[in-house]
Amino acid sequence: MKVLFGHKDHLVRMAALFLAGIVVFLVLKAVFVPKGFGVYGHYRAGALEENRAHPVAYAGRAACVECHSDVPETAKGGGHAFIRCEACHGPLAAHAGDPGEHQAVRPESKVLCARCHAPNVARPARFPQVDPAEHAGDEACTACHTAHNPRQQKEGAK
Amino acid sequence: MESILHGVEGYMYPNEMELQWSVLIVLYPFITGLVAGAFILASLERVFRVESVKPTYRLALLTALAFLLVAPLPLQLHLGHPERSLEMYLTPHTASAMAMFGFVYLWYLMAVLVLEIWLDYRRDIVRLAQTATGPLRYLYRAMTLGSYDVSEEALRVDDRAGYVITLIGIPSAFLLHGYVGFIFGSVKANPWWSTPLMPIVFLFSAIVSGIATVMLLYMAATRLRQATIDMRCLDTIARYLFYAFIIDFSLEMLDLVHRIYEADESFHTLDFMVKTRLYLPHIVVQIVLGTLVPLGLLALTQLVNLTERARRGTYALAGVLTLVGIFAMRWNVVIGGQLFSKSFLGYTTYKMAFATREGLLPAVLLMILPFVILWALVRLLPPWTDGREAETAA
Ligand code: HEC
Ligand code: HEC
Ligand code: HEC
Ligand code: HEC
Repeated sequence: MKVLFGHKDHLVRMAALFLAGIVVFLVLKAVFVPKGFGVYGHYRAGALEENRAHPVAYAGRAACVECHSDVPETAKGGGHAFIRCEACHGPLAAHAGDPGEHQAVRPESKVLCARCHAPNVARPARFPQVDPAEHAGDEACTACHTAHNPRQQKEGAK
Repeated sequence: MESILHGVEGYMYPNEMELQWSVLIVLYPFITGLVAGAFILASLERVFRVESVKPTYRLALLTALAFLLVAPLPLQLHLGHPERSLEMYLTPHTASAMAMFGFVYLWYLMAVLVLEIWLDYRRDIVRLAQTATGPLRYLYRAMTLGSYDVSEEALRVDDRAGYVITLIGIPSAFLLHGYVGFIFGSVKANPWWSTPLMPIVFLFSAIVSGIATVMLLYMAATRLRQATIDMRCLDTIARYLFYAFIIDFSLEMLDLVHRIYEADESFHTLDFMVKTRLYLPHIVVQIVLGTLVPLGLLALTQLVNLTERARRGTYALAGVLTLVGIFAMRWNVVIGGQLFSKSFLGYTTYKMAFATREGLLPAVLLMILPFVILWALVRLLPPWTDGREAETAA
C-alpha cells in the first residue's frame, strides 16, 4: 500500500473521509432544499403564491350584513352581538358570492350551542354554561332561544 | 374531553390539560446525561492522567457512544415523521435552540466520540483486521481505512491527536448537556424551568449519572467475565461520584433556596405542587432516596474502613439509587413543569399510557436498547485491558 503522509497517513485518510461526508452533505443540500427557500425568510418563497391561490373561504361579517341586515337588528344588545357570523355558520364565502347557486344551511343548534356553552372548567366561571341534557332534554336550543339574541325567549318557552 | 378533564383541579388553560411532553421527553435528557457523564469520566483519565481509572476508560467511551446513538430516538418517536428530522441539517434554523441541536449532536458524535474511539482502538482494529475470521473481518478492514501503520510513531501520533480531541471533547460534552438544560432553562413562561442555573444543574447531574452508570457497568461486566475487580479503580470512581454528587446537590439546593427566598408570584403554586402531586417523585424519590441516601452511603465508604466486599455492595447500592434519583430529577423537571397552569390557578395529572407510541412500553424498550448496542460494541471492540481480550474477541 502506498504511504504518502508518513505516520500520519491514517489521519489524512480519516480527514478525507470527513471531507467526503461534507461533500455528500452539500450535494444532498443542493438536491433537497426546495427552490426559493430563504428568499424572504425561513420558508419557501413559492409558498406565498400557493397560499394566495387558495380560494377565500370566509366572507366576513360586513358581507353577510349587506343582505341579511335583519340579523344585526335582532342581535343588538344580546350576548351574541359581537360574535362573527361565520363563527357559528362556518365559512360561507361561496354563498355570499352567489346565494342562488350556493345555499347556506341553518346550523344544528344542539351541536353548535354546546360547543360554546357546555360546562368546561377552562372557561371563566362567569361565562354562561349549561349542561345541555339537563337544561334542554331532547329539545333543540332554538326551540326556546332566538339564536341571534339568546336572551330573547321564543313563544312557549317557560 | 371528559377523559382529559378527569384529573384536572382548579383552572387550566385548555392547552395545558393534557401533557404534551411525555415520558419519552424524560428519557431524552436522562440518556444524553449518561453520554456526557460517561465521556467526562473517560476524559478525566486522559487529560488529568488519572491512571487508576484506566480500566474503565474504553468502557466509558463505548457506553457514551451506545447511549448517544439512542439519544435522538425518544425525540423521533415523540415528534413522529423521523424523515423530516433531516431537514434541520438541510435548512438550519439558527434562531432555534432545538433546531441547532442537530449540529451539536452530529459534532459530538462524529468529531468527538467516533474519532476518539477510532484513534484509541486503532491498534486493536489493525490487529483484528489481520486475525479475525468470517464476515467481521471486512468490517475491521473497513475500519482501518486501509492504513495498517501501528508503528511506535504512528501510535504516538494517535495519542497526541486523541489528546487534542479529548480537550475539544470536554467542552463539547458540556455543550451537549448544558444545551439540554438550556432548552428548559430558557422557557421564560415556565417558572419551574426558567432559571439560568438549569444548564449547570443538568450538567452536574449528567456527570453524576454517567459516572454511576460506568461504575455499575464496570462491576457488572467484570462479574460477567468472571474477572477480578480492580478495587483501586472502583474506589477512585466512587470518590469522583461522591465529589460530583456533592456539587450537584449543592447546586440543586442553591436553586431551591433561591426560589424559596425569592418567593415570586409562582411560588405558592409550585410549593403546593411539590407538597402534593410531586411529593413522592420529588421529595421522597429524588431528594431522599435518590440523593441523600446514596450521598450518605458514599460518605460512609470515605469515612469508615469497610472491607472490599462491603464497599462493592455499598457502591452498587449507591450507584443504583443515584440513577433512580437522577431519573426522578429529569421526571420532575419535565413532567412537573407541565402539571401546573401558567395561570397558577390549577393542576393537571400526567396519565402515562402503556403500549402507545409515547407510552411506558416504548420507553422501557428505548432504555434497554443502549445496553444491546453496548453489548455489540463490546464484542466488536473489546475494551478490557487486563489481558483477557484475546478470548473475548474471538
Ligand atoms: C348577496 C346577498 C347575500 C349575502 C352576501 C349573504 N347571503 Fe345568506 N342568503 C342570501 C339569500 C338570498 C338566502 C336565501 C334566503 C331564503 O331562502 O329565504 C340566504 C340564506 C342564508 C341562510 C339560510 C337561511 C335558511 O333559512 O336556511 C343563512 C344561514 C345565511 N344566508 C347566512 C349567511 C351568512 C353567514 C352570510 C355571510 C357569510 C351570508 N348569508 C351572506 C343572500 C345572501
Ligand atoms: C361561538 C361561541 C358561541 C356559540 C356557538 C353560542 N354562544 Fe351563546 N354566548 C356566547 C357568548 C360569547 C356569550 C356572551 C357571554 C357573556 O356575556 O359573557 C353568549 C351568551 C349566551 C346566553 C346568555 C344571554 C346573553 O345574551 O348574554 C345564552 C342564553 C346563550 N348564549 C345561548 C346560546 C344558544 C342557545 C346557542 C346556540 C344557538 C349559543 N348560545 C351558541 C358564545 C356562543
Ligand atoms: C351564536 C351563533 C350565531 C351567530 C353569531 C350568527 N348566527 Fe345566524 N343562525 C344561527 C343559528 C343557530 C341559526 C338557526 C336558527 C334556527 O334554526 O332557528 C341561524 C340562522 C340564521 C339565518 C336564517 C334566518 C334566521 O334569521 O333565522 C340567517 C340568515 C343567519 N343566521 C345569518 C346570520 C348573520 C348574517 C350573522 C352575523 C351578523 C349570524 N347569522 C350570526 C346561529 C348564529
Ligand atoms: C325549554 C326551553 C329551553 C330550551 C330548549 C333551552 N333553553 Fe336555555 N334557557 C331557557 C330559559 C328559560 C333560560 C333562562 C333561565 C334563567 O335565566 O335562569 C335559559 C338560559 C340559558 C343560558 C344562560 C344560563 C345562565 O347561566 O345565564 C344558556 C347558556 C342556555 N340557556 C343555553 C341553552 C342551550 C345550549 C340549549 C340547547 C342545548 C338551551 N339553552 C335550550 C330555556 C331553554
